[in-house]
Amino acid sequence: MMNPKTQNKVAIGSLYGIAGLVVLILMALLGYILVSGVPQLSWHFLTAPAKAFLEGGGVGVQLYNSFYLLILAMLISFPIALGAAIYLYEYAKDNWVTTTIRTAIEILSSLPSVVVGLFGFLFFVVRLNLGFSILSGAFALTFFNLPLLTRSIEDSLRTIDTTQREGGLALGLSRWETITRVILPAAVPSILTGVILSAGRVFGEAAALIYTAGQSAPALDFTDWNPFNISSPLNPMRPAETLAVHIWKINSEGIMPDAKAISSGSSAVLVLAILLFNFAARYLGKRLYKRLTSA
Amino acid sequence: MKSTEQLEQQLKRHSKAAKLEIWGKVVSFSALLLIVAVVVAIIGFVASKGLATFFTNHVSLWDFLSGKSWNPGVTDAHGKPEVGALPMIVGSFLITILSAIIATPFAIGTAVFMNEISPNKGAKILQPVTELLVGIPSVVYGFIGLSVVVPVTRTLFGGSGFGILSGTCVLFVMILPTVTSMSVDALRSVPRYYREASLALGATQWQTIYKVILRAATPGLMTAVVFGMARAFGEALAVQMVIGNAALMPGSLVDPASTLTSVLTTGIGNTVMGSLQNNALWSLALVLLLMSLIFNLIIRLIGRKGRLQ
Repeated sequence: MMNPKTQNKVAIGSLYGIAGLVVLILMALLGYILVSGVPQLSWHFLTAPAKAFLEGGGVGVQLYNSFYLLILAMLISFPIALGAAIYLYEYAKDNWVTTTIRTAIEILSSLPSVVVGLFGFLFFVVRLNLGFSILSGAFALTFFNLPLLTRSIEDSLRTIDTTQREGGLALGLSRWETITRVILPAAVPSILTGVILSAGRVFGEAAALIYTAGQSAPALDFTDWNPFNISSPLNPMRPAETLAVHIWKINSEGIMPDAKAISSGSSAVLVLAILLFNFAARYLGKRLYKRLTSA
Repeated sequence: MKSTEQLEQQLKRHSKAAKLEIWGKVVSFSALLLIVAVVVAIIGFVASKGLATFFTNHVSLWDFLSGKSWNPGVTDAHGKPEVGALPMIVGSFLITILSAIIATPFAIGTAVFMNEISPNKGAKILQPVTELLVGIPSVVYGFIGLSVVVPVTRTLFGGSGFGILSGTCVLFVMILPTVTSMSVDALRSVPRYYREASLALGATQWQTIYKVILRAATPGLMTAVVFGMARAFGEALAVQMVIGNAALMPGSLVDPASTLTSVLTTGIGNTVMGSLQNNALWSLALVLLLMSLIFNLIIRLIGRKGRLQ
């Protein structure tokens, strides 16, 4: 039997080892993405359209599609999530209805994104006849995003002190007025942080989009901003392959000669974008908090 | 002089604020209802499509769950379609369980390190790195699997390099940050006086960790692991890119295999809506959905047990 002190040393030592190994794995992963990807990045790569059979294509259209889909999905999901979170935290009584609703939201958040994508395919693409389009993709992303965003907004509301609610009510405001005039302004910084973090997740999602937004990226005419024209970047009914879907597609098809270089570059763009989202969330959250609370 | 009727009317009428209150309540409640409707619709649609294999195409449930050959377009010697989903079910469970077995000690070890041994380094290095990695898209993991893990497996074990082993490696790295950060939360919720009491009794740091903290945090740690397993089970693209996509019973860990999600991603676009081939794929989606419900249930049961303690 080992003496407890030796045992302690051995155990703590191995925990150092495990933690070191994990740091090594994670750093190697990040390092690999950035080292192999960043040299690919250039203005041409970020703006040129993709070439299917030739080398030297870019990811301009895919990058634009990713942002457009992200914005549409956020525009649809944010009001719904905000309403749902407000009701859940400010109005809902603690009874079986609320419990059922919470269970439903939890189920939605644990569904594999491929199942959400397949439902989007079945319902929007086939049943509602929207075809492979930005709109179908935005709805699929909305479903994927709703439970997490709702939970994060609810958590933001939870951080606001009850005295603020009591203060509002004591001044004779209705509950709705208390929420919109007192609680929400105070919660804006942390809601914003949550929104940006969820945007990072949505930005990299691919499984939910393969069968909703489609796997093709028709060339766009960036001078045509009439949303009804098929080549207009704003047209929500065109198929739109995003950056994440692009990585998957060129690797599983294997007909693009420089698929590896393009995927490395695209992976780096995705990771850098998510890094940026993370920093922006922290920075803006802090900044807004200072400004709004004069703390 | 106002008549009493006018006064009565004035008093009974809702004020502007009261109307706004009702409006706000209705709007926010309908947003909530919409989410519930989405959940019901997803389960309903996938179930109705997935059950069509059994009710419309009269495939027996047992054949589906235990059959070993997946080839929905072809009929076997008895004139029955070949819709044995066992290879995919086994594939999915294998990579899920294997990756969870490998990831658990690493994740919990790292979480203990971050929370108990070196909170400073933990907060400075590990915390931001894990948080960032939780957000890395799964296709990026898949691509790295394809360009790093698969060639390494090929050199070490021969064959094509695609298979369960590569899938497990990719999923291990993928769920590691998730399980780690959830384990940290679990450890953080252990009250500080547990540690102080144990150390005051003369226990070493390791004894405190092993006999007090890990025991107290068990429900939370189990939730973290099950959550990681649920993520691994439902992961589609990263796995599809490295598993080899052969709908065969996996003979060894380095043979090409397939999972429920990989067959779904590659197959659903190549079949005609309403055909048996298509319905069979929806049945796979239904299995996926049911498994995610079961994972959800397990997490709930663990949570309830944790609260009772």
